[in-house]
Amino acid sequence: MARVVVDVMPKPEILDPQGQAVARALPRLGFDGVSDVRQGKHFELEVDDSVDDETLAKIAEGFLSNPVVEDFVVRRVQS
Amino acid sequence: MRIGAVTFPGTLDDSDTARAITASGAEAVALWHGDADLKGVDAVILPGGFSYGDYLRAGAIARFAPVMGEIIDAARKGMPVLGICNGFQVLCEAGLLPGALLRNAGLHFVCRDQWLKVENNNTAWTTRYDANAEIIIPIKNMDGRYTASKSTVDELEGEGRVVFRYTGGNPNGSFDDIAGVSDPTGRIVGLMPHPEHAIDALTGPSDDGLGMFLSALDSVVAA
Repeated sequence: MARVVVDVMPKPEILDPQGQAVARALPRLGFDGVSDVRQGKHFELEVDDSVDDETLAKIAEGFLSNPVVEDFVVRRVQS
Repeated sequence: MRIGAVTFPGTLDDSDTARAITASGAEAVALWHGDADLKGVDAVILPGGFSYGDYLRAGAIARFAPVMGEIIDAARKGMPVLGICNGFQVLCEAGLLPGALLRNAGLHFVCRDQWLKVENNNTAWTTRYDANAEIIIPIKNMDGRYTASKSTVDELEGEGRVVFRYTGGNPNGSFDDIAGVSDPTGRIVGLMPHPEHAIDALTGPSDDGLGMFLSALDSVVAA
């Protein structure tokens, strides 16, 4: 078994109103110096060793993200 | 003439859609997400709601439902398909229509009567409207901001595939005020506002929505 992390983020050119709302809230809460926030999704998958990188890429691109508006990064981490 | 209305877990507007189909003079056929069976219908409507709770992304899980495999095959052979609201999101996720629907720019759920311009009255779902007709029907959604790459939008605009455009204010920040688009054949159409809630002045802001259902009748009869 291995742990695989998939991070999905809105593409840079896509408006992210949720991230903007978080960014605008920070100064009101007394946190200065944060100029931008982008909000995405973080998935943790427990996978058998038989699952290869190509399959993981298919999962990330074909299901966990929508390639029209999102980018993804797949990485294997220590479990 | 039989038009199917699909029910996924979390679909809300299947009964109003069936009612609108019946009002147009066609037979409404209930289709179930788990059945890979279109029951011989001539056209299909994917109604609004929150299929599979909008988990992951709106429409992302519904596109893999057994009934969708049949719909995708039939749509590619020319069967008219209309996606309303969540149904539009499902069609985009399934790749039958380009682009994606994202969280409303204002981050609020928007529910109001919305003016639209019918910019293409040659699709299977809009022939009953006059060119550039302005109609008012309800809109109600959280994820209605139509987004696509600049090149995709240029293609849609150039080919007249922006079928509906918001007028009198854009409710969600969609690109170019786009409210609905079609595939290259004009037989697959998706829009965020709800024609099925506007078929009778007694219960809606107008009966402007009925034209979409009547148009589908015409296109099937003509085919």
